[in-house]
Amino acid sequence: MSTDAATATLDRPNYLHDGYGWKSWLLTRDHKRIAILYLVSITVMFGLGGIFAMLIRLHLLTPDGELVQAATYNRLFTMHGVIMVFFFLVPSIPATLGNFFVPIMIGAKDLAFPRINLLSWYIYVLGGVLTLWALIHGGVDTGWTFYTPFSTTYSNGYVVSTALGVFVAGFSSILTGLNFIVTVHRMRAPGMTWFRLPLFVWSQYATSLIMVLGTPVIAVTLLMVAAERVLHLGLFDPRLGGDPILFQHLFWFYSHPAVYIMVLPGMGVISELIAAFARKRVFGYRFVAFSSIAIAVLGFLVWGHHLFITGQSVYAATVFSVLSMLVAVPSAIKVFNWTATLYEGSLSTQTPMLYALGFIGLFTIGGLTGVMIATLGIDVHLHDTYFIIAHFHYVMVGGTIMAYMGGLHYWWPKMTGRLYPGSLSKLSALLIFVGFNLTFFPQFILGYLGMPRRYWSYPPEFQVWNVLSTAGASILGIGYLLPACYFLWSMTRGPAADANPWGAKGLEWQTTSPPPTYNFDTPPVVTEGAYAYAAEEHVVGQREVQGA
Amino acid sequence: MLALALPFFPEEASSIAGEVDLMFAIWLAVSLFFTALIAGLIVYFMVRYHRRSADEVGKPEKAGMWLEITWSVVPLGIMLAMFGWGARLFFELHRPPANAVEYWGIGKQWMWKFEHPEGNREINHLHVPLGQTIKMTLTSEDVIHDFAVPAFRLKQDVNPGMYTTVWFKADRIGTYHLFCDQYCGAEHSKMRGSITVMDPRDYAAWVAGGAAPGTSAVAAGAQLFQTFACHTCHVYGPGWVARGPGLQGLYGRQVPLEGGGSVLADESYIRESILQPMAKIVRGWQPVMPTYQGQISEEQLVDLIAYIKSMGEAPPQNPGIMPGAPGAGTAGAVGGTALAPTAPTAPTEPAAPITAAPAGPAAPGPRPPSIPSIAPPPGAGTSGSLRHAPEAVSTTTALTAARAGGRK
Amino acid sequence: MPSHAAHVALQHHFDDLDQQKEASTFGMWVFLVTEILFFGGLFTTYVIYRQRFHGVFVEASRHLDVKWGGINTAVLITSSLTMALAIWSAQVNRRKLIVVFLLLTMVLGSVFLGIKVVEYGDKFTHHLVPGVNFQYAGEHPEQAEMFFSLYFCMTGLHALHMVIGVTLLGVLIYPSWKGRYSAAWHNPLECSGLYWHFVDIVWIFLFPLLYLIGRHVS
Repeated sequence: MSTDAATATLDRPNYLHDGYGWKSWLLTRDHKRIAILYLVSITVMFGLGGIFAMLIRLHLLTPDGELVQAATYNRLFTMHGVIMVFFFLVPSIPATLGNFFVPIMIGAKDLAFPRINLLSWYIYVLGGVLTLWALIHGGVDTGWTFYTPFSTTYSNGYVVSTALGVFVAGFSSILTGLNFIVTVHRMRAPGMTWFRLPLFVWSQYATSLIMVLGTPVIAVTLLMVAAERVLHLGLFDPRLGGDPILFQHLFWFYSHPAVYIMVLPGMGVISELIAAFARKRVFGYRFVAFSSIAIAVLGFLVWGHHLFITGQSVYAATVFSVLSMLVAVPSAIKVFNWTATLYEGSLSTQTPMLYALGFIGLFTIGGLTGVMIATLGIDVHLHDTYFIIAHFHYVMVGGTIMAYMGGLHYWWPKMTGRLYPGSLSKLSALLIFVGFNLTFFPQFILGYLGMPRRYWSYPPEFQVWNVLSTAGASILGIGYLLPACYFLWSMTRGPAADANPWGAKGLEWQTTSPPPTYNFDTPPVVTEGAYAYAAEEHVVGQREVQGA
Repeated sequence: MLALALPFFPEEASSIAGEVDLMFAIWLAVSLFFTALIAGLIVYFMVRYHRRSADEVGKPEKAGMWLEITWSVVPLGIMLAMFGWGARLFFELHRPPANAVEYWGIGKQWMWKFEHPEGNREINHLHVPLGQTIKMTLTSEDVIHDFAVPAFRLKQDVNPGMYTTVWFKADRIGTYHLFCDQYCGAEHSKMRGSITVMDPRDYAAWVAGGAAPGTSAVAAGAQLFQTFACHTCHVYGPGWVARGPGLQGLYGRQVPLEGGGSVLADESYIRESILQPMAKIVRGWQPVMPTYQGQISEEQLVDLIAYIKSMGEAPPQNPGIMPGAPGAGTAGAVGGTALAPTAPTAPTEPAAPITAAPAGPAAPGPRPPSIPSIAPPPGAGTSGSLRHAPEAVSTTTALTAARAGGRK
Repeated sequence: MPSHAAHVALQHHFDDLDQQKEASTFGMWVFLVTEILFFGGLFTTYVIYRQRFHGVFVEASRHLDVKWGGINTAVLITSSLTMALAIWSAQVNRRKLIVVFLLLTMVLGSVFLGIKVVEYGDKFTHHLVPGVNFQYAGEHPEQAEMFFSLYFCMTGLHALHMVIGVTLLGVLIYPSWKGRYSAAWHNPLECSGLYWHFVDIVWIFLFPLLYLIGRHVS
């Protein structure tokens, strides 16, 4: 990419040049600009949640809880969970990368409902403001799970405001999901058949199904919690005959599928990265595509594994256990297919690929430990310990955030039209990988030793592992700060990127960087399948057109 | 050297700990194998197929249906096998052996209260004898807590408004952590205690010489049975109006319900019947019982239920009056029958029936109280209040609670 | 692309009106699926507790007024008819009829809400609104209170949907009067109609669940 030619591409009309004032951003209906709005807001939320995480880790350096009061600590981990889950992980990939690239990848000018798309961002901000209001006024101490009757009767935090914040933010993800579903069904470019869709689109589609079907249930559940707290109803209060375990069922009916809302888009990103940096069609395309749908469907049938030790019936537990294992099969299929894609590929080790490979390794560990704790006899010992914490951080941080970072590095040149420093970004990927493992692997050991989660103080024999974990967290923190710095630098000073800096396939790389307002100068017509790197694969695409 | 000082595995101190650890170790091996396989393949491929020129592309995919099937079916097979094993252990965990001795635990923000069958009460620390199968029945006074003993590989949520149970058999002397594992508020992490496993002889001495060896749960319950005047409806004397179903042999049976169906009379059912009597009406009886919600504490409920359970569990040969342990003096509450706690060394349930119900037909059958004065016809074939409790009959021949009296 | 390209309602990112129509109708259906699950959480809670506290719930349901509930059911079903007629009017290009039927639907919706206010007021005077002033003479007032909690949650959420629906129809009146909707393009009417019918159907489930079933049992 010669500098002159590339600078020329930056001066072309593109979506960033389509108006400059604050109105042109805050009233935009361009999915790309809305994606940027989301990117900025979730980054703020990620920073906030990260600060809470750092404080938690610092506090746990000593067993007797010397940094903050117990009440403060409880607020820290609650806000860390609420912010990271509902305001970062759930919208992370769909609302930013998905918003930006789903329309482009299917050759559409925009999402089906641009105004609803903007509305969803405002709703998200409103939800965030409600939650931050609670935070500023003293926080909330229920844990992100809002378990009753603690949340409805005993907690003295700002439960209602937080619950309403999450409730409101839920509608933002419902609207995003709705928009994606309709867009994928109705807005595909001519020739873009279902089996020519990039796997990222498949995974976003599966994610959207969960968003639309699951989110309303937690919305109404949190509404009941808020109503019970304010109006003193008896819906979950055992003293009035209410059943706190019913709350857990309703909560996890959403919140387990929500885990797949968080990780499925990441899997989609990884499929794109592996294909692009192996220059090869993803092995077993249909298996990977359908495994996303399978995860979305099966994901709705496993929530009861969060209730193994509540006293639910052993038969229910058995069913939930076996279903939880079944949902691991499509995840395993993905991991094996990604690995097999590398075989005879043309593999490069650019930064996004490092994240992708890191994802596969960490997600494998996260997934396998997930199957361990789906095993009934073992879960009794591991439930509610740091083993669980380690497991879901391996999936959420080692999985989703690795994928998010990988995707961001992959598509950054497309989104901004600029490049970032290669070696520095590789260093940060390495720091994140090492820091992550150092932070969370000791927590597996702590968990098996029996250290319970959400503990402000702990028996002294657990200290060594906690110190290691905190040390890892500081490396991880630096690993996340580095990209923030060089991305900021890149936005203004980075060298210009050309349309396809990675030599990758996909409609998004056929348009200019950054794309024009309506994504393509001439509407694309699709004639080949996704990832048609090798000549033979054009034929695969052709066959499918005839079949469709 | 440092690694030697680091704890990796918790101590194994219960009968199931070894099996849980073995299962975990196998999972660990499987996980290590697959993680190493994936990581190894990735590294190998990255080296072997490294991009050599800027415009190089990968070779086209080869058909791989057999591969897809292999890597779907093999993990599924491993998982199903482990599932079966885990489920078996889980079922075992939920079926306390018949010889289990019953302990009670009540969680509240932020402490544990325990009650031994001998009547000893403890806060946060629990002493148990080695090798004895112990069933803990747990409930909470406020929010959800969780009774977790890592050394026993054991954990059970403790819910308000219902009972949950766990059982264990400690097989190693020592003192082990007891954690509350369900977040329960500000001092959640201080809701810690310990379980001390003692040699049975030491334990017996400890029980006898304990600071506050109190009234046994059953005896205390018998007293409450009087205090709350339960006997006025649930115990029948000659010419008495039977307003409520008898409780003899109630525990562990299927109770037929008004409006069809039946329910197993377990701790939770008895509890519900005391607090929300209208929730389930025993077939043939009028819903006349007042609620005791708010009048009776969790600890009193525990005692009362222990007493009601003991009514059906009395072994036939039990003389009813047991040699006096310290609590004996308090035990005469029920109609002069000495409801003594068991001697410390013999942790069997004391028999404390107060209805005499000398023979099968004599026990009041369920019937509408509109004909209260008519005794059920002999040979009605029912015994106890629940139509099908023949074995309860023989238990009480020797015992006659003076005031309640025999029905005939 | 070419045929409808000039239509004033066509948005920039759609190829033609058909695509736009399909997209918005499909979007509305997806939204209704979300709504079903939204109400589903409450229905599940209700069904579980109803089964658990069957007697008390049956007894408490006798405090609801079947007469008002029945009238409201009739009102809502009629409003669904007028809503359908409004869409039919658009399909046959009868501009004024659209407005008439929209207004009729709004009036019926408001009547429903008015009756709901009367019913709520009645509960209020009889101290059947959950909270500190709740008074209930029958057995197990705390479980009866749960019944009324669920009653207010479910009908309240439904009433909120009615308010949104009436507002939505109100917004449509002006463009209808201006002649924006015709046989070629009346999708906003159609989507609002779908929403209206959905809210109607929710009531069709609420009415028997809360007012009717078990009432005859002595």
